[in-house]
Amino acid sequence: MITRPLARWFDDRLRASSFAHHALNKVFPDDWSFMLGEIALYSFVILVLTGTFLTFFFTPSSKEIVYQGSYAPLRGTRMSEAYASVLKISFDVRGGLVFRQMHHWAANLFVAAIVIHLVRIFFTGAFRRPRELNWLIGVTLLALGIFNGFTGYSLPDDLLSGTGLRIAYSIALSIPVVGTWTAFLIFGGEFPSQDILRRLLITHIMIVPALLVALISAHLAILWRQKHTQFRGRGRTETNVVGSKLWPTYAAKSLGLFFGIAAVGGLLQINPIWLYGPFNPSTVTSPAQPDWYLGWVEGALRIFPPWEFRSFGHAVPNPFYPAVLLPGVTFLILYAWPFLERWATGDRAEHHLLDRARDHPARTAIGAGAFTFYVVLHFAASNDLLAKTFLVSVSAVTWAFRILVVTLPVLVGAITYAWLSAVHRSEAEGVLRVPLAAFVPVEPPPTDDEGEHVEPPPGHGLYDPRSTAP
Amino acid sequence: MNRPARDQRSFARAIGGAFALSAAASIGLTVVYALGGQPQIEGALIGASLGGLALGFVWWGTHLLPQGPFVEEREPLTSAPAERLAFTEDFTRLAQETPRRRFLGRMLLVAVGALAAAAVFPIRSLGPGPGRSLFRTAWRRGSKLVTEEGGPVAVGDLPVGGVVTVFAEASVGVADSQTILVRVDPASFRPLPGRETWSPQGYLAYSKICTHAGCPVGLYEQSTNSLFCPCHQSVFDVVDGAKPVAGPATRPLPQLPLEVGPDGLLRAQSDFTEPVGPGYWNEGS
Repeated sequence: MITRPLARWFDDRLRASSFAHHALNKVFPDDWSFMLGEIALYSFVILVLTGTFLTFFFTPSSKEIVYQGSYAPLRGTRMSEAYASVLKISFDVRGGLVFRQMHHWAANLFVAAIVIHLVRIFFTGAFRRPRELNWLIGVTLLALGIFNGFTGYSLPDDLLSGTGLRIAYSIALSIPVVGTWTAFLIFGGEFPSQDILRRLLITHIMIVPALLVALISAHLAILWRQKHTQFRGRGRTETNVVGSKLWPTYAAKSLGLFFGIAAVGGLLQINPIWLYGPFNPSTVTSPAQPDWYLGWVEGALRIFPPWEFRSFGHAVPNPFYPAVLLPGVTFLILYAWPFLERWATGDRAEHHLLDRARDHPARTAIGAGAFTFYVVLHFAASNDLLAKTFLVSVSAVTWAFRILVVTLPVLVGAITYAWLSAVHRSEAEGVLRVPLAAFVPVEPPPTDDEGEHVEPPPGHGLYDPRSTAP
Repeated sequence: MNRPARDQRSFARAIGGAFALSAAASIGLTVVYALGGQPQIEGALIGASLGGLALGFVWWGTHLLPQGPFVEEREPLTSAPAERLAFTEDFTRLAQETPRRRFLGRMLLVAVGALAAAAVFPIRSLGPGPGRSLFRTAWRRGSKLVTEEGGPVAVGDLPVGGVVTVFAEASVGVADSQTILVRVDPASFRPLPGRETWSPQGYLAYSKICTHAGCPVGLYEQSTNSLFCPCHQSVFDVVDGAKPVAGPATRPLPQLPLEVGPDGLLRAQSDFTEPVGPGYWNEGS
């Protein structure tokens, strides 16, 4: 074997054995939900690999040409060089379409994995001290992921993405005071401008990916330093980590996951831009929905009532509220959550053991309500399709969503709180008294002789079962 | 952990099989590619090639390798007090050993601040200022209405209920000048006050850019005289000054004043009298 001399060669120069020994023996908890972040990481690797291939063929130019390529239905059509180059990737570059599909699937999966990862972190309380830093980085990664998804989606300059870009311009325009300047500086003038595709490309393949690489590295370095959290269970304490060793078991499984994710992308068609046609500012596809991760913003734009602020010759136009304010507040709350919760509970202790959702009825209820809110908005982005499917008027669907988006989150939050409080209370009593009790798996709280050494620190819960048990 | 040897052997066979499948698919991929490529087959082969590796690794990890559980102790994340103290002493050396450190600190702050401010200015190079460009379009007094193909629109061209997208002559395709021309029965509506002369023979022209988020308001329903925006479902009433009647839009579509020239062609009386498209901070000034 060549490995032994090679390892010796490096060790002679780097004195790496001790570090490598520690690294290979690092323990990773074996819970399926810990794979979510890994899925995001591997999606990113696939994005970089497939995206690099695509950059060799993409032309970021809105110069108009007449298409003469091999896709017959569009031959003779006037279109931008950018759109023509994506048609070329899809039909004329060998393997190009497969790379494009993998890239687009991986992008959707990247953001999806981050979102589900975030949901897992939230409901299990993994963001608490000492992991606030990684929460902040993670939320930033989500924002960058959504942003880069949108910039990439806009590059082909097809009719659907061009419309999305048009809406983005209008949203920038709606910002109070600096909106017109912001829109003009981003787009290089009034929409549609000649510069925007080149700028989108540089942003999409250089600026944001560089930030993503830096932040992902920091995320992993901090994770490495702080070690994983783990669920409560036999032998698991606040001072240890129980699971598989990095080498070889965890590495093998993880590699398997990587190839599994890569395998998904090549198989299914996504974003058939040749069916949408080239962008033309005076036409639009119908129906027009963005990629899934912007569905909530699109939904908010659709169901926000026709309100806006106007006085003294100045206006804060309608799109500002659903498309600037809502995302702004969303991310502000996400960033602030660990600190808000610490302030509300007074819990400043270090936590390495995870909560179950029921241990924190208040947090879980807020999370479930918020999640419901965004899911309702997401479906509101399809109000035209729903109206068509169920043969009702668009305005009836819009009104239904306006009512649902306010009521459903509150309802879900309230039911969650009542139910989990009952479960939590009954666990302390050893008797379960909740509606639909048959569906709740009752586990007795872990006891000392099961190796559970750690009492929850004072103020651990938003809800303390012992103080309120009747 | 310690599976029977027979079990281990059969898993080893399965894993070997998965890797073999992957290898076969990869070879197939090379062949398909060399023969000119075919996206569906390529996709399926990539799926098999990567999927085989995935299965092999996962089985290897879960069935052949030690499962633990292994336990690793956590080290405290906080530094020991002595370490902290040592670091603090190191770091504060700069301040302690600098005379007039307040003064130097302030001057450094001024210098860095000024540099940062100067570094912001290149942003200005990114684009022209908005100026009055959002208040104007390509329409001028006397501009002929022309279709996307460039042909002028004569007064007899459109039947009642007809609709066509028009541009100012010589500005076909210019985004902010796109206008939707609708012909309605002149007896069926009363023009808004001040707009009595804007709609000769039932021709109504409105900016085609939605006042909500800028999508083209392309769908016209004759029975209700409504214009629909396909992006966010705003609805505008054509015979009532294109006022929004449903959806998120708040502002009517600006109306283009029309006249019929001596040659029987439709022309604009002037530019739009208000800004077209989505709103912005100083649109009323």
